[in-house]
Amino acid sequence: MSILVSKNTRIIVQGITGSQGAFHTEQMVNYGTNVVAGVVPGKGGLDFNGIPIYDTVNAAMAETDANASVVFVPPAFAADALFEAFDTSLDLVVAITEGIPTHDMVKVNFSIPSHARLLGPNCPGIITPGETKLGILPGNIFTPGPVGLVSRSGTLTYQIVSNLTNSDLGQTTVIGIGGDPIIGTNFIDCLELFESDPDTKVVVMCGEIGGEDEEQAADFIKENMTTPVVGFIAGRTAPPGKRMGHAGAIVSGTGTGTAQSKIKALEDAGVSVGQTPSEVTDYVQELL
Amino acid sequence: MRLHEYQAKSVFSDGGIPIPLSGLANSVETVLEETNRIGYPAVIKAQVHVGGRGKAGGIVLVQNDKEAEIAANKILGMDLKGYLVHEVLIEQAIDFIDEIYLGVTLDRSSGLPVVMVSSKGGIDIEQVASSTPDAISKTYVNPLLGLSDSQARAAILDAGISSKITDKVTNILLSLYNIWETSDATEAEINPLMVAKNGDVIATDAVLNIEDDALFRQKKFADLRDTRHNNALESKANLYGFNYVRLDGNIGIIGNGAGLVMATLDLVDYYGGKPANFLDIGGGAKSDRVENALDILFEDENVDSILFNIFGGITRGDEVARGINDALENFDTLPKPIVVRLDGTNAKEGMAILNTDHLTIESTLESAVQRVIELTSQRGP
Repeated sequence: MSILVSKNTRIIVQGITGSQGAFHTEQMVNYGTNVVAGVVPGKGGLDFNGIPIYDTVNAAMAETDANASVVFVPPAFAADALFEAFDTSLDLVVAITEGIPTHDMVKVNFSIPSHARLLGPNCPGIITPGETKLGILPGNIFTPGPVGLVSRSGTLTYQIVSNLTNSDLGQTTVIGIGGDPIIGTNFIDCLELFESDPDTKVVVMCGEIGGEDEEQAADFIKENMTTPVVGFIAGRTAPPGKRMGHAGAIVSGTGTGTAQSKIKALEDAGVSVGQTPSEVTDYVQELL
Repeated sequence: MRLHEYQAKSVFSDGGIPIPLSGLANSVETVLEETNRIGYPAVIKAQVHVGGRGKAGGIVLVQNDKEAEIAANKILGMDLKGYLVHEVLIEQAIDFIDEIYLGVTLDRSSGLPVVMVSSKGGIDIEQVASSTPDAISKTYVNPLLGLSDSQARAAILDAGISSKITDKVTNILLSLYNIWETSDATEAEINPLMVAKNGDVIATDAVLNIEDDALFRQKKFADLRDTRHNNALESKANLYGFNYVRLDGNIGIIGNGAGLVMATLDLVDYYGGKPANFLDIGGGAKSDRVENALDILFEDENVDSILFNIFGGITRGDEVARGINDALENFDTLPKPIVVRLDGTNAKEGMAILNTDHLTIESTLESAVQRVIELTSQRGP
């Protein structure tokens, strides 16, 4: 079992001919992802390594039986690509693009139809090891197993997953929710999905400074989760008032969004919070 | 990106919000010209990106030429919480009976714009927000429709603002929301909005912060960026488009992805080292970015050693290796020890071409962190 994506997921790549879109489409196909179409305005009728390209998402939907989309469209045009994707019956849209203006994302996020889900933006995507990956995660570090993982950061996810895999702790599904202030799918959505997945025996949740999502997730864990959760919070040493790369990763001048507050909330909810990535692996091992 | 008060006020004024008669000056002579044009009493205000300017002595009320000259001499060139004052804004002083707070920002939890109004504006608004949060009326806004007239009016009434000025304040709030929206602002704030004895309502302070990610379509704001207080390294990092924050340690850190770089800093701290900076080369970095990143840390005198930690997803190990090779080509011996750890997408290809002659290679994050701390202490303080 897995959550959200499996070998039955059939995807469209929006922006398939851009340098990132092209490189990572190849990587996805090599991993076994079922890429059924690409969408690039003005390039309809062409193909990318045998994958047909359409001018619009609607046209791609009419010719293929896609049910998910991965978006590599540059920031200035990304919101429009997302509106376009949500104007169809697609039920999962994964936005990889980094740097989409927040005002655009507020409007997109407000307009997602109830049947559909947005993952990201500014996220690495989602992978069900051994079946499929949607996004830019390096497939070789993942292996199937009982650990569910959700994270705000891409590369930190790879670090933690690689530690898990090296200790023979495989994963059901790994999800990067993205580091922007406005994201579609949040920690609580993923925790809820993992909780109802019988194959996920332990969940790892990697958060970072900024906002209050981790605190809200801690409340959710306390009230609703029976599956044990291991936590990790990045940014313990971040100074207040400085944006640490991610648009969302900032400790406010008034002291909200600190690593300390998040760690405390998680520990109060019974979550074991690792001080280092390898401590996370140790906790997971203990809980299995 | 923060705008200066005078820049924000000019945007507010263009957007239909009343501001005091004012002028900008950068010398004692021009201060006196402006105070005489505007008339006394006047307020002289330091234009720097810090909060609490008044309490720190950066805002002074003057009644005549003599006081203006003393204040100008004191404020121009002063160090205000680490920022040098280059310019002052001179404004007509308002004889006020009330101070109102108006703000527009984004509420992260709901993902919606939120409009805030309080009849208890002024320098203690943060105190008001924490001790009596009910004194601030909050209205969430449909981002597709924007703030409606009726919502704005309801917010003003809800905040208990005098009915005599409801129309004026409602219009100002609608203008402020419109400015927030069209400027791609993270915050737009008026505190205080002064209610004058004669019934006028005037914005005597202005905050407008523009989102960095939207500057590509907000060119007029991008041109207003004041980088004079940045140090040379920050300016350089800015020019190269890096996410860079200088810290006070001696171990330079370069990595990809904000979360991993943050976790790397935390780990250096955990093992007893002191990070000198946060530097994220970003996703999908090409070799020239890698070279530029190393260039910044070579130049930073505080940096004794460098930890280069890459876990490739969208970033490719071979590109990173090429960048490191190019950066090191200019040196016979390394100016500072460098520990490299390369993992993820194309890491094998990268390791195959990486010129390892002068580098220390580690295969895990933790061993790389411990190694760089070791090399740093060998070099001595």
